[in-house]
Amino acid sequence: MLFLKKYMLPRVLQFLTVVFVGITLVFIVIRMLPVDPVKQIINTFAMFGATIDPASTELLIQTLREMFGLEGTIFEQYFAFWGRLFRGDFGPSLFLFPVPVIDLIVTALPWTAGLLLLTTFISWLFGTIMGGLAGYFHKSLWAKFLDRVVMVLRPIPFYVFALVMLIIFAYLIPLFPLGGGIAVGTPITFSWRFIVDVIRHAALPALSMGILGSAVWFQTMRLIVQSVTSEDFVVYAKAGGLKKNTIAFKYVIRNAILPQITALGLSLGQIFSGALITEIVFAYPGIGSLLNAAIINGDYNVIMAITTLSIVTISTLILIVDLIYPLFDPQVRFK
Amino acid sequence: MKMLKDLLRDGKFKFGFIVLVILVTLSLLSFVSPYDITIWNVGIRDRPPSWDNLLGTNSRGQDVFWEMTFAIRNSLTIAVFAAFFSRIVAVIIGLIAGYSGGKIDKLLMSINDSVLVLPLLPILILVSSLMRGRLDVLSLGLMLGFFGWAWDARVIRSQILKLREKGFTYTAIISGSSTLKLVAKEYLPHVTPLVFATIMNNMSWAVGMEVTLALLGLSDFEMSTLGTMLHWAISYQSMLLGIWWWILTPVTVSIFLFVGLYLLSVSISEYLDPRTRIQRIGTVRQSN
Repeated sequence: MLFLKKYMLPRVLQFLTVVFVGITLVFIVIRMLPVDPVKQIINTFAMFGATIDPASTELLIQTLREMFGLEGTIFEQYFAFWGRLFRGDFGPSLFLFPVPVIDLIVTALPWTAGLLLLTTFISWLFGTIMGGLAGYFHKSLWAKFLDRVVMVLRPIPFYVFALVMLIIFAYLIPLFPLGGGIAVGTPITFSWRFIVDVIRHAALPALSMGILGSAVWFQTMRLIVQSVTSEDFVVYAKAGGLKKNTIAFKYVIRNAILPQITALGLSLGQIFSGALITEIVFAYPGIGSLLNAAIINGDYNVIMAITTLSIVTISTLILIVDLIYPLFDPQVRFK
Repeated sequence: MKMLKDLLRDGKFKFGFIVLVILVTLSLLSFVSPYDITIWNVGIRDRPPSWDNLLGTNSRGQDVFWEMTFAIRNSLTIAVFAAFFSRIVAVIIGLIAGYSGGKIDKLLMSINDSVLVLPLLPILILVSSLMRGRLDVLSLGLMLGFFGWAWDARVIRSQILKLREKGFTYTAIISGSSTLKLVAKEYLPHVTPLVFATIMNNMSWAVGMEVTLALLGLSDFEMSTLGTMLHWAISYQSMLLGIWWWILTPVTVSIFLFVGLYLLSVSISEYLDPRTRIQRIGTVRQSN
């Protein structure tokens, strides 16, 4: 019970705060902008050459104002905003009227979830292990070389790296398809060919996210391991004549991995943003491409829904990471 | 000056410094550009690099070299604005949270952590799609500054927490100096180098975000930035058409810019952390 109160409760509270601050921020920012979102949407429609007669324009403005929750006092608006979020009701898509926005998101979600979760997990594991080894054997030549490579890779943002990967492995050396999730016209079956096709299309986006992700985890892990190696208990283990591998894995990496788990939670938001961009570069049919299409078509309902939903999803994922943390850290478990 | 000299001993800093000097020089060249970069079809289209057009021309009939100088200038200006605005917020929040402690600290930090873990890209996309086409250099900088302070506010706060326990804080309080004076005169000088180290990272983030938003089609396309340059090159299919000089210019420049800024920030923060500084001076002596 004490564990629940001391460990779980603050995490759940922080989760609620993040969702609250995030959603409130979106709410405030829309109202702070010097432009009227409803007018902006009407303008976008007019820009695409759609001629709407005055009566339907009036109706459209009314619906949009309700949808953006611009009716009533600021408090009524705020509560209505939350109400819609809880019901998962984001209104119809403005471009693919009258398909509900939530349906579009549900269709796109599996692609993003697959790409994101898999690459995040693999790159975290790979980067952490390699970083741990490079930190432990930091005097060896390969560790120094790897560190230099990572030093250059790490600051490159997702989209530039994705673009470079696309130029090299799809244009210059056409190993992988230029984009998309499956080859055009492939029926969705559970055949061997279909699976291979999906993997071939996912390979480049996954690689470009995975390599960059690994670089980040590699570097932080290397630094942490280097500082743990000089701690007393490691020096003592060495003096006691324990095997090198036992010290590396059981003494050093086991301890150094804890801040890495915390960091994983903290950076999920950034990784998610990176995934959106990578998807757009590779025309991968997930949330990122949905967002891109929404921007091009001026579909504000979709943009709004993705923004609010991603805040909720990312905070939930962070909460999950926080809640499984005690499994790795006996100090928290037994306190 | 002595600090710069010390820093220049570090290979990472030297590289970053040289890259940044070159990029700033290029951006200054835009002031003497023979072309007005907003005008299309000044020259012949799609010419490969030659002596007349150092980096060739693009499909809009513009000289890629001069387009690049404007792009670097605008991108760097946006980054400086963003870094400047977010520094103000970060320093204020960090100072207040670190100095007052207690409930105010807890409140500020829980807001801070919330902003920190939020997926900022969708929010920025929402804002800039509503502002479509109206984002000039200043308002883009302001917007990025408004969202980009959280991490550094935390860094500054932890520095203030350390300073608060130092002897001089008590001496100042006992000798009756006001809180404002204490914070401004005693703490700010300690925090300033840290603020500089965080600026580089923040600038790099701002340039990256600008490019991202431009790639998504959310910038003002008459404003030449690294992002809009990439956007035009991609939307004209320059890769498929083999106009490699057009797409590779912004890609190469941005990679150099990001790596340069990153190495500078790593080097400065290593310098500020005395433990690694001693290590470095040690290795320098050994290698001499």
